[in-house]
Amino acid sequence: MAVMNMIQALNDAHKVAMRADEDIVVFGEDAGYFGGVFRVTEGLQKEFGKERAFDTPISENGIVATAVGMAAYGLKPVIEIQFADYIYPGYDQIVSEVAKMRYRTAGEWTMPMVIRSPYGGGIYGGQTHSQSPESLFTHIAGLKTVIPSTPYDAKGLLLAAIEDPDPVLFFEPKRIYNGPFSGHHDQPVVPWSKRAEAEVPEGHYTVPIGKANVVREGEALTVLAYGTMVHVARAAMEEADVDAEIIDLRTLVPLDIETIEKSVRKTGRCLIVHEAPRTSGFGAELSALVTERCFYHLEAPVERVTGWDTPYPHSYEWTYFPGPARIKTALKKVMAD
Amino acid sequence: MARTAKQKTSSKKAQPPLGNKERPPEPKRYKASKEELLDFYKQMLLIRRFEERAGQLYGLGLIGGFCHLYIGQEAVAVGLQSAMTVGKDSVITGYRDHGHMLAYGIDPKVIMAELTGREAGISRGKGGSMHMFSVEHGFYGGHGIVGAQVSLGTGLAFKHKYADDGGVNLAYFGDGAANQGQVYESFNMAELWNLPIIYAIENNHYAMGTSVERSASEPDFYKRGESFQIPGIQVDGMDVLAVRGAAEVALEWTRSGKGPIILELKTYRYRGHSMSDPAKYRTREEVDSYKKEKDPIERIKAELEKAGVAEEELKATDKEIKDIMVEAAKFAEETPEPDPSELYTDVLVEEY
Repeated sequence: MAVMNMIQALNDAHKVAMRADEDIVVFGEDAGYFGGVFRVTEGLQKEFGKERAFDTPISENGIVATAVGMAAYGLKPVIEIQFADYIYPGYDQIVSEVAKMRYRTAGEWTMPMVIRSPYGGGIYGGQTHSQSPESLFTHIAGLKTVIPSTPYDAKGLLLAAIEDPDPVLFFEPKRIYNGPFSGHHDQPVVPWSKRAEAEVPEGHYTVPIGKANVVREGEALTVLAYGTMVHVARAAMEEADVDAEIIDLRTLVPLDIETIEKSVRKTGRCLIVHEAPRTSGFGAELSALVTERCFYHLEAPVERVTGWDTPYPHSYEWTYFPGPARIKTALKKVMAD
Repeated sequence: MARTAKQKTSSKKAQPPLGNKERPPEPKRYKASKEELLDFYKQMLLIRRFEERAGQLYGLGLIGGFCHLYIGQEAVAVGLQSAMTVGKDSVITGYRDHGHMLAYGIDPKVIMAELTGREAGISRGKGGSMHMFSVEHGFYGGHGIVGAQVSLGTGLAFKHKYADDGGVNLAYFGDGAANQGQVYESFNMAELWNLPIIYAIENNHYAMGTSVERSASEPDFYKRGESFQIPGIQVDGMDVLAVRGAAEVALEWTRSGKGPIILELKTYRYRGHSMSDPAKYRTREEVDSYKKEKDPIERIKAELEKAGVAEEELKATDKEIKDIMVEAAKFAEETPEPDPSELYTDVLVEEY
């Protein structure tokens, strides 16, 4: 075991995978020589050479598009889009080519690729460096969407994503790269090294895609979250002293609906927390599924705490961010009666 | 300089003909009057002191997130925009936008207040450092997504032509943005539709942390329009008089209906890409060589000395700018934040 933050865990996953499989190539803006702006690909070029870990021009469409050709012809590209907010020039390729290639070719061509991208707010990034675009991808058939929330999961899920025969969008919650976040922005960041989830096994292991993690068992209500919001929700539940069952989805598509259903049937109440805007956010899908499957077990309407239907603001980041105060307000509603 | 010296460069004489199209004349270094020299000095110093102050406020936690300083590149904004007409000619740029705004006469106070996210900020605290606008001045942002502004500027140029208002668009972008696909879609349309636009490529040698040699198959960016029949000129972007001279040629070209033109301004940023960038991808010697040998403010000082202006005489200007910055910083710190209800405004016309 080694103690790692999320960046180190992701970096280690790259190294483990690349040592085992020469078909893996890693590239992106600043990803080669410089090792990535968040340092996730640091040292890869040194160990694996410029043929396997390299820089690209600032050309997101080109990055995704060339990865499609590589994947179709037997390589396993693991590409970095520097911020999720920069992914849109590549969105056409992701939606029209990456997602549909297996279907279009009746399985002749496959897309064993991973598109990694830091996402989310809480870093004063404003409208073009804070977005949570996951539902733009969960809406597209043919893609998997994975979001880790701890160093242990980050490494295990990235290795699983790289080994997956299908394309995986791998969104990394950049606010918690260096330490988990309670949602109280005025309190100092606690580094990962103080947490058990920073214990990362050396070498190869995977965390299965499609399996949620019950991070805290409880009887009073079910809280569904992913990424940064797992930690924010957990802190809010602890502060409110509620016996909540908190589920970290880890994978949005494929979704571990069985774990969710089992929990909500037990607790009878469901609170969903995500940072992305509310309308057509992934919480809408979760709410619909829970209602469809657990309606007769529900004691109260499903509640969602989300970002608002506005661009991510420059001023008032912490008013936008679905932090502890808003979670507690929603908690009161879902616990009423 | 070591790294940039290794770049492929070729003689301008080797340019292929642009079909039957004429080429713009070789620009001459601008012959500035003493008053103009003083004005260039003042404007460049204003930008530098503004950026230094912004860096300080960032360090104090009054500015958060992403903040990209223009220090080192001052001669580009001042040289180009001093030749333009505020309100008639439009300007659009990327995220490193403070200098371009100051060079268009926008009040430092409202720029600084935008950086600190205040109601009195030029975008009412909604945009922050990367997203600032002044339609009144013809300044159309301030865009955070690398390269996006190039196509938008092309649209602005279309409007200049459509309205026959005599205006020209100046669209700034960097050596990094020059590799975005949409830039070439824009080039094609601009030449096809004969639009009055100056594409100003500020080549500061680094696309974030990736050097030109690692990201550009054709490092001479002024040639990037050749296959669209757009002429290009390479300019010493550390010399405000060389930049101004090129601006004269580019404006004459575009105003006389000859279509788009590309200027490649070879420049250098002294600070990291953003405040969080320690710039480990380049050597201290390289940075120092620019500061010592090519600094645009030192160069204009030398010009002023030649014109008979003693350094002593610049002290009043230095003091004036210092006072402006103290006032701007104080304003940005003390002016209130917007009302929280502003979070919901301007998303659409109606609130929802």
